[in-house]
Amino acid sequence: MVLRLARKYSSSAAVRSAKPLRSVMVANRGEITHRVADTAANMGIKVTAIYTEPDSELPFATEGPTNASIGSASDGYLKMDEIIRLAKETNSEAIHPGYGFLSENAIFAKKVRDAGLIFVGPPQGAIEAMGSKSRSKEIMEAAGVPCVPGYHGENQDVNFLAEKADEITYPVLIKAVLGGGGKGMRIVNSKEEFLPELESAKSEARSAFGDDRVLVEKYIAVPRHVEVQVFADNHGNVVALGERDCSVQRRHQKILEESPAPGLDLATRQDLWAKARDAARAVGYQGAGTVEFIFDNESGKFYFMEMNTRLQVEHPVTESVTNVDLVEWQLLVAAGFPLPKTQEQISITGHAFETRIYCEDPDKGFLPSSGKIFHLQKPTSGSPRLDITFESGSTVSPLYDPMIGKLIVHGRNRGEAINKMLRALDELEIVGPVTNIDFVKRILKTEAFGGEEPSGLETGFIPNHAEELAQIPPVRNDVYAQAAIGAILTEQKPETLTSAFFTAPPSPWTNIQNRKVALQDLTTETDPAEVTVWQVDADKFVAEVNGEKMDIEARLLPGNKLFFKTGLRQAVNTFVAPAAMPGASRLLHVFDQGRHNRLAIVEPEWVTVALGGKAGPANSVVAPMPCKVTKVNVEAGQSVKKDDILIIIESMKMETTIRSPIDGVVKRVPHGPGSIVKQGIELIEFEDAEE
Amino acid sequence: MRSAVLTRPAMRLGRRKVHTYVASGIQNQMSVLKTKIDSSDPEFVQRSQAMKDLISELDQLHAKFALGGSEKARQKHISRNKLLVRDRIASLIDPGSAFLELSPLAGYELYPGEEVPSGGLVTGIGTISGVRCLIVANDATVKGGTYYPITVRKHLRAQEIAIENNLPCVYLVDSGGANLPHQSDVFPGHEHFGRIFFNQSTMSGKNIPQLSLVLGPCTAGGAYVPAMSDETIIVKGGGHIFLAGPPLVKAATGEVVSAEDLGGGEMHATVSGVVDHLVESEPEGIARMRQAVAMLNYPKNNVTTADPSIVAEPLYDPTEIDGVVGDNLRVAYDVREVISRIVDGSEFAEFKREYGTTLVTGWSKLYGHPIGILANQGPLFSESALKGAHFIELCKQRDIPLVFLQNISGFMVGSAAERGGIAKNGAKLVNAVVGSGVERFTVLIGGSYGAGNYGMCGRAYSPRFLFSWPNSRTAVMGAEQLASVMSTVGSKNAEATEKLRAQIESESDVKFGSARLWDDGIIKPSDTRRVLGLAIEASRGGRRTVDHKNFGVWRM
Repeated sequence: MVLRLARKYSSSAAVRSAKPLRSVMVANRGEITHRVADTAANMGIKVTAIYTEPDSELPFATEGPTNASIGSASDGYLKMDEIIRLAKETNSEAIHPGYGFLSENAIFAKKVRDAGLIFVGPPQGAIEAMGSKSRSKEIMEAAGVPCVPGYHGENQDVNFLAEKADEITYPVLIKAVLGGGGKGMRIVNSKEEFLPELESAKSEARSAFGDDRVLVEKYIAVPRHVEVQVFADNHGNVVALGERDCSVQRRHQKILEESPAPGLDLATRQDLWAKARDAARAVGYQGAGTVEFIFDNESGKFYFMEMNTRLQVEHPVTESVTNVDLVEWQLLVAAGFPLPKTQEQISITGHAFETRIYCEDPDKGFLPSSGKIFHLQKPTSGSPRLDITFESGSTVSPLYDPMIGKLIVHGRNRGEAINKMLRALDELEIVGPVTNIDFVKRILKTEAFGGEEPSGLETGFIPNHAEELAQIPPVRNDVYAQAAIGAILTEQKPETLTSAFFTAPPSPWTNIQNRKVALQDLTTETDPAEVTVWQVDADKFVAEVNGEKMDIEARLLPGNKLFFKTGLRQAVNTFVAPAAMPGASRLLHVFDQGRHNRLAIVEPEWVTVALGGKAGPANSVVAPMPCKVTKVNVEAGQSVKKDDILIIIESMKMETTIRSPIDGVVKRVPHGPGSIVKQGIELIEFEDAEE
Repeated sequence: MRSAVLTRPAMRLGRRKVHTYVASGIQNQMSVLKTKIDSSDPEFVQRSQAMKDLISELDQLHAKFALGGSEKARQKHISRNKLLVRDRIASLIDPGSAFLELSPLAGYELYPGEEVPSGGLVTGIGTISGVRCLIVANDATVKGGTYYPITVRKHLRAQEIAIENNLPCVYLVDSGGANLPHQSDVFPGHEHFGRIFFNQSTMSGKNIPQLSLVLGPCTAGGAYVPAMSDETIIVKGGGHIFLAGPPLVKAATGEVVSAEDLGGGEMHATVSGVVDHLVESEPEGIARMRQAVAMLNYPKNNVTTADPSIVAEPLYDPTEIDGVVGDNLRVAYDVREVISRIVDGSEFAEFKREYGTTLVTGWSKLYGHPIGILANQGPLFSESALKGAHFIELCKQRDIPLVFLQNISGFMVGSAAERGGIAKNGAKLVNAVVGSGVERFTVLIGGSYGAGNYGMCGRAYSPRFLFSWPNSRTAVMGAEQLASVMSTVGSKNAEATEKLRAQIESESDVKFGSARLWDDGIIKPSDTRRVLGLAIEASRGGRRTVDHKNFGVWRM
């Protein structure tokens, strides 16, 4: 099949010299290892996975026929020589670097090739050229690919900079070279404003950074992140497989990606594809690559940003609309075969979305979350694609990236694709680490994101709609009731179910069996709701929540399910009880009508006392997750105000700032910078508040 | 021989009408009781309403007693950071499990001018950490939890149940000790206060665990409840244990000492060693008690005789018993209509159906436990007594517990009956009841008069549990008969006779008996199934000792 197609546009001599790969090592982890291994296996290629010991129990490290340990250090995926040695030992012909880690490391690519192995990726020169921002811009400008106009040079003469601003055309952005946090940054809309704003920016930069050098760039008011998937072989063929819009980002990381980019006319898209192919040709590219552009939604112009010389995380949306297996193409190209399709043969059908599932809490500044996954239900309706690193029972380690998987759907049009994504996200249930699933659903439901030509799609989407995205309806009363009843039912052990003491309704005449529990919604952290439950029969209850009294029928079903009936509504919901979550004895999870309700049983004060704690407000700050202390801002004896920054920690490759919960005096700082601490370990102890 | 079999014509087998296989479902069908009840019949509706009226009155009475002491006493109790007694029990037992409260109407109209709801003591059987336990809990909102004579009796009855059924005892102690104005009726006798500690020691010796949680004062004799326990928990600040409280100490020795220093939790935990665990709060104490029970290594249901397969509920609505029975003891009905609304799947394998028809006997299952039922269907004749004795012998042989559904005006009287030896045949039934050795359970579903009370395992015959229906009446004989006997044997004073009639009438009332612990509680007819289920499980679900008793001499 491949040979017959290839004959059309390649020299048959070259094809004859190509030989199918026999074996490949995936030098990566998690879902991308699965992704590459699945396609390789389909092509009859023997796959070797590598893993670090912390990852040794994950499916990717056990599912394949050959899995090689790269040691106990968490940075094993970066150990080039070790990886190459393992590839040789396992008789792997090629190494697929996946994304991240060593995928764009020119030295690694060279070492692999020097060792006589095939590197599944572009040639050395292309990686190097695209690895340098300044050099890649020069190459692109030379090749006629538009770059963001700007002056980044050393000449800081004000008049010279004003001239440059004229050349760039207004509006322009003045930015301190050492800038950050908006300091020394100015948006200038007209020539008249330029000099005063420049002066102000420079003075601010001087005081903030001790350096007043600035650069001037074209200011793009409504930027979108649009990228083109390109593919090239070593027979001179270069194709573009459509474009993706990846504008919805947080912390400069993508959350939602789609293809095609909505609202662009065909001419613009074709122009994008052409420029992307030009960019690939300019560096003699081979394999899969992505040319990223910044797209100015107001002018319709786009500018080259960078080229990623790897398979991207979001490649599945392209696969979904082009019906092409990009990994298959990578492996073919690496073996020397020509691309299976010409540009003309590539067609785009429908619309695809990808949601990146992160273990993080979007409602708490995207604080990373880790830990054991106690329950994982994969979506089925509409046959969505789920590329996921973990399975139920796996542990998400704080050592690695918080992205645990990707959910991809395809629809006839954007509207249908959004609906299907919402449905799939409703069905995707994860209990354990906090995820962004509900947050993404909120994004998908905003008016600014919806429709075929979304009005608000730009890189500032999340900050622009922060208020709307923070609107979380309160947990419904009957959901509180489900949680409380589910918890009570969980206490009723199966061996008791033939006992009259458990199958018969409780006491005659006076039913003393009322259970009161306070439940707090962990998503909104609003005041706890007090739930009172009377069990009136083995599966019948009366519950009172916030003054509402409900008659409820409920029973537990196998597999974390709870049958629940009240009024005219009944459903079999997912309910995960504390008993199913060792170490998380206070948490309850109810998935009701697609919403994940995360609730905590509020610990009565007597429990705190019985466990050796103190009643009253906390007098210490503890690590919210396993982490490394990177910076300590306070010392013993120091007075702090509420919300002052106390300490900065790092977890899952992300920095998190810990602020003071109270006005008080620091008594002790047990851990200095560099300390590795477990979740719940005290970071700051305060002096006892005076009575 | 072989060839003979082979040459037999095959056709003949097909023509035979003998079946050697009967589906078990068909077999069980033979035991399923049919109902002849028409629930729309006006008489049925009227009887049903009459029973509902009785129930409604009792419902209100129970609800009132369940509150405990006065509103003021309860508020004072709560304000001291204490839980009400039934809330303590609710949090002590396993979520979703039943609490079989015993004699909640104890003390009803017992002491003129004084109300002692539930006798100031809540007793019952509940499941703690999977173990069936007998719980005895003082209600400090009722006269400070002090012991009235009825309180002592109720406490002793609870202990008796624990002894007979091998149930661990959990005492939630919050009592001011003996009620001093009644001291002569609670202090020195055989069945008085001292017997509580005698029982504790006896049970402990029989490996029936005794656990105390001290939540309030334990003064004088009361101090021995925790002191005699195997393991004791005390709440700091709340619980106090002393042989004499500060006022008596001052009177006796002149020493001025605070309650906390004299017998507080901290002192007892750290100095005297009277208690084993010191907790900061009541809820913590309850959690520790649950833990203590979990650590007893006590059997949960290892000797259960219940079939673990799914228990079939009765085919007919148990609330229909109300309309079957009504409130008029003179109206006859088929007691099988009652049985079919109590037992699993309404299945009743009847024994000697055609003989001695005034006593219905047969086997059923209740929550999977096999039971033998004896139910009255009229006065006991010689035949019915003999049948009952025979049936009890069978149940003893098979180790099947007995359930008596008692509705009896008495043994048959008259010359024919006497000449037929009703006395010795009745004695056989009594002899069988006493010597049966198996667990016995009695429900008064109607009248309980005369020797019928004895033959049908009345209170004096030590059924493990005895419950009464709201319509039931207990007396040596009916008020009318009694009055007429009295006027015959001498009393010509019509006024005195009428007064006596009224007295008997009121003393026969179920509330009168329940207030005096003639039973373990009044139950709704529709609750009979589950209350009996709980009782049987309490007696046979945990540790069980088989009573290898012999029958007395049969007078032939």
